[in-house]
Amino acid sequence: MSVANPPAPALQLRGVTKTFDGPTPVHALRDVDLIVEQGELVAIAGPSGSGKSTLLNVIGTLDRPTTGSVEIEGSDAAKLSDRELAGLRSQRIGFVFQHFNLLGGMSATDNVATGMLYQGRRAAERRREARTVLGRVGLGHRLDAKPATLSGGERQRVAIARALVGDPALVLADEPTGNLDSSTSEEIIDLLLGLNAEGTTILVITHDNELAGRMPRQVRVRDGRVAA
Amino acid sequence: MKGRMRSHVNAVDQIATGTHGLRARRGRTLLTALGIAIGIASMVSVLGISSSSRAELVAELNALGTNLLAVQPGSNTFGETVQMPEAAPDMIRRIGPVESAGSLTKINTSARRNEHIPTTNGQGLDVVAVEPDLFVTVGAKPAVGRTIDDSTEELPVVVLGSVAAERLGIRSLADGPRVFISNRWFDVVGILEPLALNPDIDRSVMMGYPAAVRELGIKPAATQIYVRTDQDRVEAVRAVLGRTASPGAPNEVQVSRPSDALEARTKVDQNLQNLLLGLGGVALLVGGVGIANVMVISVLERRTEIGVRRALGATRRHIRIQFVLESSLLSALGGALGVALGIGVTIAYANSQGWLIDIPPLGVGGGVAASLLIGAIAGLYPAAKAARLDPADAVRPM
Ligand SMILES: Nc1ncnc2c1ncn2[C@@H]1O[C@H](COP(=O)(O)OP(=O)(O)O)[C@@H](O)[C@H]1O
Ligand SMILES: [Mg+2]
Repeated sequence: MSVANPPAPALQLRGVTKTFDGPTPVHALRDVDLIVEQGELVAIAGPSGSGKSTLLNVIGTLDRPTTGSVEIEGSDAAKLSDRELAGLRSQRIGFVFQHFNLLGGMSATDNVATGMLYQGRRAAERRREARTVLGRVGLGHRLDAKPATLSGGERQRVAIARALVGDPALVLADEPTGNLDSSTSEEIIDLLLGLNAEGTTILVITHDNELAGRMPRQVRVRDGRVAA
Repeated sequence: MKGRMRSHVNAVDQIATGTHGLRARRGRTLLTALGIAIGIASMVSVLGISSSSRAELVAELNALGTNLLAVQPGSNTFGETVQMPEAAPDMIRRIGPVESAGSLTKINTSARRNEHIPTTNGQGLDVVAVEPDLFVTVGAKPAVGRTIDDSTEELPVVVLGSVAAERLGIRSLADGPRVFISNRWFDVVGILEPLALNPDIDRSVMMGYPAAVRELGIKPAATQIYVRTDQDRVEAVRAVLGRTASPGAPNEVQVSRPSDALEARTKVDQNLQNLLLGLGGVALLVGGVGIANVMVISVLERRTEIGVRRALGATRRHIRIQFVLESSLLSALGGALGVALGIGVTIAYANSQGWLIDIPPLGVGGGVAASLLIGAIAGLYPAAKAARLDPADAVRPM
């Protein structure tokens, strides 16, 4: 190997397929190759049912591919045990979901602090980080609010803060604007653009082509195939 | 390549995470804990009440002493009731460890308030001749007046046991009460306090032997001799009493210990206590099944939470621990409530009975430990279900 190794890509998929068994097996992903470099902001676009969420789950190691390999920062997910995958998710990957999926009965700060819970950091440290990140997403004034008292856009900001806290290599967002009105969607997209400008690698799923068009790079998914 | 990445939760956070579901649904938490609380409360109060009542009984026994023995004539080989030798009380008093002994002889007659009541109406009372020593031996004290002593045993006077006085309607000595026995009047000179170990004396109308021999013509053969012994030599004395009282026919004498009857009451309590404990155990079991049920429902409802935690880096083991802890804490909350309730019930009941309060620490500790264990067991299945959830499925909107 050469002395000046280039940094490993944030993400590399090689020949990834995903087939869901059943009476009629579903080929959700077919032979997908994809490389995402550190610092990229990538839109994953495609019609409903095309395999976008499946792709994101495989990238995020929530699901294992049927064949092919997934490498996160150069480490092959197939070689890791369930426990090691959990470790990888806790340290290197942040998720944002369409339905926010915040934990009710917990303040915004505690929700965000949960993003670092499985890193084994002390509660005081996690809360301090959580408050900082909530400030970055523009929610410094709602630190103690319960999710039920927040608007949709605010909830998604809390969810993004939870994904960002603990400094992941990769943030994966599955239709983060799917449940928001257009002006709020606008704000969330601006937020993601801003975070990317500060250096975070982000993959965003959207079925909205206009939103996708605002991202530096688009990956189109159709029938489980990727046309980069 | 980077070093191995580990998912890790520190212990304090793991416990806090175990309380998350409980804090988020307080009403449900309290209602579910109630089942365990009732089970534990019933067990703790059963243990508390029975040990308080036993403490009372033991205190009573200690006050009365377990060193009182009773000697009675038995029957001979032909089944006939025998008589004890007249010298028996004196012989018994000569046994070293005997502190005191006193005899009584039942007289075949009845005592009446006046001569117009028919003699058949004995009201269940005995007329007896007694030795003055009998009173010290059984620890009888006069509630009013005096006992039969050296100066009154010759006189035509009687002392009444507490029950005898009540049945005869005599409460005080103020207007010189008398009783009518075998065609002659006897003055009442004393009424005794009730005796816990000697209900026979409570029911007796007592006079001295010289008076009974002179006025009623009885033969002074004892029908009962009470013996107070050195506390440490009870068994030794018991072994020689038959031989001493009736050297010719030791087998025709029965020896008993009145406190045994009282002690038997604590054994009866034990059976009742076991039954009630069993019922408390059933309540606990039902409470445990209730917790398991609620936990299963909770896991179904919290699919998304479980998926999110897995996405945030929780291992299957973290999820399992979270739910087992939640279940254990839920049950322990019920246990703590139950212990408090059980102690309250015990104190209230013991106070209402005027008993000593005795709360067995084993019952309290055992109650909390049992509830923790029940919760852990009840949580195993729901926790395993939660840990088995496929994370990709769990985060997918339904
Ligand atoms: N767990 C599963 N079992 C069976 N089929 C699935 C499962 N998850 C997704 N699918 C199927 O895979 C295809 C891709 O789904 P998905 O990745 O959710 O698409 P998208 O996010 O682009 O709408 C769909 O046909 C969907 O029904
Ligand atoms: Mg989708």
